[in-house]
Amino acid sequence: MNALFEYLIRLGDDSLIIGHRLSEWCGHGPVLEEDIAMTNLSLDFIGQTASLLKYAGEVEGKGRTEDDLAYLRCDREYKNILLVEQPNGDFGMTMMRQFLFDAYRKLLFERLVNAKDETIAAIAEKSLKETKYHFKHSSEWIIRLGDGTEESNRRVQDSLDTLWRYTSELFYTDAVDAELIAAGTIPSMEGLEEDWEKSVGEVLSEATLTIPTNNWKQEGGRKGMHSEHLGYILAELQYMQRAYPGLEW
Amino acid sequence: MVTEKQIWAYLEEVFDPEVPVLTVVDLGVVQKVELKDDGCKIVITPTYSGCPAMKRIEDDIHEKLAEKGIEKVEVELVLSPAWTTDWITEIGKKKLKEYGIAPPEDEVDKSVLFADPTVVPCPKCDSRNTKLISQFGSTACKAHYQCNDCLEPFDYFKCLR
Repeated sequence: MNALFEYLIRLGDDSLIIGHRLSEWCGHGPVLEEDIAMTNLSLDFIGQTASLLKYAGEVEGKGRTEDDLAYLRCDREYKNILLVEQPNGDFGMTMMRQFLFDAYRKLLFERLVNAKDETIAAIAEKSLKETKYHFKHSSEWIIRLGDGTEESNRRVQDSLDTLWRYTSELFYTDAVDAELIAAGTIPSMEGLEEDWEKSVGEVLSEATLTIPTNNWKQEGGRKGMHSEHLGYILAELQYMQRAYPGLEW
Repeated sequence: MVTEKQIWAYLEEVFDPEVPVLTVVDLGVVQKVELKDDGCKIVITPTYSGCPAMKRIEDDIHEKLAEKGIEKVEVELVLSPAWTTDWITEIGKKKLKEYGIAPPEDEVDKSVLFADPTVVPCPKCDSRNTKLISQFGSTACKAHYQCNDCLEPFDYFKCLR
């Protein structure tokens, strides 16, 4: 297995799937401004995906483009974390999923800008600027909804309780990460989880939300073991290329 | 033989498809112009990762330079150093304002959560009494504001550093 290819696929699949989930809000946002915001976020994520998967294709050296990788892989070949494929639910659920992911993605890119691999560093540098803004946006909503009305508080607290089980996978590591860190391709991720807990904790406390005490966690996405939701996402995402192979417009 | 300076001048005739008042030079997306034996190489950088205008800008550069008689043009897209609104030229900022889009203000780091909001003056009446309507606007690079005095709703070109 090519560790660098695998690593790029993981990061690229995370942004592709959360970008797709956000795009599902198009035309369904609770207010026009947030409808536009979520599709803007989606656009940033799809753009980051294109950079990551394009590079993955180059690293693999089999001539696969970013489109081949996005449209022609099966669910078991997708390596995104389970968090990003969870259904949108209500707006509070989507913002909570976004907030938990943005906090991680921001801290991750802050480290990856120092990667020795120049392409990864460049993608991280570009993406970090966008991710900071995303994190601010989702954090502000978590505070507004958490510290809002009784109903909005209940809804985002329920969302936090539902999604918390998927957060340990943000820090999943295996031989892939170890190999790249040992080779110096990417920097050490030491302290990532602690920084995330601190960053997330600050906002949740401001939002008067309670971090769940149930520590049961669910992982599997990084190994290609997904929840039932991913298949449906791919069915929609890949439909055109599966039905009309090679279609362009 | 065409000079580098001439090519820069030709690029001043290529406009940003989403903010057509700005040229690609005003916008600061052209990083480098390199003369080659029988043509040139133009290095551009995207404003945002998913900016859908990049492909169009690339095509427009090819088209414009072909029109000027330069057939062999290579357009390369680089991500680093990452684009910042600081690269929008002073002329560009002036054009934005005249067009009704508030140019980027000096903003605190976006990751600061609880800072005072940035004051964005109204491009129509210059009032500083304006409010943020939405952090995201008509394109990835803009936010949406409204003037509390003249009531003009306007786009703000977000500061990106």
